[in-house]
Amino acid sequence: MSHGPSAAGGALVRAPEHAHAHEPYEPVFVGAMKQQLDETVAKYPAKMAALLPALWMVQESRGWVSDEAMAEVAEQLELTPAYVKGVVTFYTMYHQHPVGRHFIQVCTTTPCNVCGAEDVVKAFLEETGCGELGVTSSDGKFTVIEVECLGACGFATPVQINLDVHESVTPERVPRILAALP
Amino acid sequence: MGYPHPSHPRETPVLSKYFGDAEARTLAGWRARGGYEALEKALGMDPVDVQNVVKDSGLRGRGGAGFPTGLKWSFMKPDGKQHYILCNADESEPGTFKDREIMRWTPHGLVEGVALAAHAIYADTAYIYIRGEFTEPYERVTAAVREATAAGILGDNAMGTGRKLVVHVHKGAGAYICGEETALMNSLEGKRGNPRIKPPFPAVAGLWAKPTTINNVETLTAAPYIVKNGADWYKAFGRPDNPKSTGTKLFSVCGNIARPGNYEVAMGFPFKDFLWELCGGPLPGRAIKACIPGGSSVPILTAEECETAIMDYEGFVAAGTMLGSGGVIVFDDQQCMVRQIARLARFYAHESCAQCSQCREGTAWTTKILERIRDGEGVAQDLDTLLAIADGMTGKTICVLSDSCATPVVSGLKKFRHEFEAKIRPDRARVTMQGIPVLPPLGVTALKPVAA
Repeated sequence: MSHGPSAAGGALVRAPEHAHAHEPYEPVFVGAMKQQLDETVAKYPAKMAALLPALWMVQESRGWVSDEAMAEVAEQLELTPAYVKGVVTFYTMYHQHPVGRHFIQVCTTTPCNVCGAEDVVKAFLEETGCGELGVTSSDGKFTVIEVECLGACGFATPVQINLDVHESVTPERVPRILAALP
Repeated sequence: MGYPHPSHPRETPVLSKYFGDAEARTLAGWRARGGYEALEKALGMDPVDVQNVVKDSGLRGRGGAGFPTGLKWSFMKPDGKQHYILCNADESEPGTFKDREIMRWTPHGLVEGVALAAHAIYADTAYIYIRGEFTEPYERVTAAVREATAAGILGDNAMGTGRKLVVHVHKGAGAYICGEETALMNSLEGKRGNPRIKPPFPAVAGLWAKPTTINNVETLTAAPYIVKNGADWYKAFGRPDNPKSTGTKLFSVCGNIARPGNYEVAMGFPFKDFLWELCGGPLPGRAIKACIPGGSSVPILTAEECETAIMDYEGFVAAGTMLGSGGVIVFDDQQCMVRQIARLARFYAHESCAQCSQCREGTAWTTKILERIRDGEGVAQDLDTLLAIADGMTGKTICVLSDSCATPVVSGLKKFRHEFEAKIRPDRARVTMQGIPVLPPLGVTALKPVAA
């Protein structure tokens, strides 16, 4: 049982067993990315407001948000790394660990639950070989999590795979959906 | 229209008229359908006049609270301060998916509404905060803003009037609580999405402590139609005997129903006809058992109560529930209410921002007890404990997430108590480590004064 998004933010996805932070850190905000960040900052009267967009830029280019990336974002926006971490851990969509190439979120909140969403979760866990929620498959391809209300309740069960939403997913459709992924 | 189903003749499609029509997504397509005429008209009007038209129309907030929109706008005065309009597109109330379709199919309709509202409240800058999971709506709205800006509809000289109207789109990152308006502002400012204590209200000190108006997507999208067609046209939709609820409303229907989707009806529509005629009633061979009519935070109705309820703000209150966001969740006779209410509680426990102890502890505690009843491990006194916790969670916190968790528990226990009792083990009572029975929680059994 988690106590709010603060705890859930990181807890949804488990840390992989192998170490991942030994390579030297390459900054995200150089060249075009730096320019994009500057343009974003200009939309708001305070630099801090660019924090969520900046973290999205990090995640889009690196796949997850590392402590080093948080420190870089902090420096760019004149915040402290601790403050940035506080924000990152509040929101469920920032990954604090590397995740599978296909990040699969299955909605299991009440409206989808009454339409059989839990069977869809089971089908994804079996077909991807992940076995357990929040665990990345051994080939690094998949991570499956349950997500709270995707806001597509009339299309139960919606499943979001990276940026794409698949509507009205049934357990029978799962193998075909997975086979069509790049 | 009942997207993804064809429009039902008894629907009143205004906002949903172009759902499923891909051409309406582009600027040219939107203009061909009369788009941006209302904005042009509004820009030629004094902001106070725009406020008054919306006030006269009776439009009320479609996000859940139902606050009169024109009145909200009228709090904004030409005081020379920086004002902001903030569009709440953080739709995440379980059962609600109307804003998603508005943004997917008619993004220009929303952009027009946002620009019109900005003019009405003396603001030159607007932000549209879209929840992080809404990737397609984000793309559509961003593209619409880009198109409208390139065409000179938005920008430093909006539609050639010399008026500055700038719209920015902001992406959330996964947190139900950010749909609460003060949490929404904190999140936009780059903070954790913790709700703020009110007062000060956003109209006094909102985004960056400047006067701010926050409106839901559906509310803002309705405004241009009102400005274009007049307040009387809008007021005509609704029950003649109830002038407090006017216009059309989008209802999202989901759960165990034959035709789930978005339906737009005039206020005052009979809920029975809505469920059984428009939405096709239950799935073959099943019967509707219960329904939550306004998103997961409002009280549950039984099937009998659904048959007499009227679909407007006052009608649903008379039925003992609320219109809320218009997210209708249907449960049929194959569902276990204990299981589903436990699942709802888990949602709130997951989404609590953990700022207030009543909510942080209450949502978690409620979930634990409900799940143990669900699993056949509950004892008789658990039901009283649940009600005592619910009482401690209602009206005592900064925002209403805590109350929202208590609501389905209290109404579920009231209307489906037999289902809970059937799962309780009568042979068991909760005891302490020493074998002493646990006292009922405070507030359940009032202490009797000692006789003199």
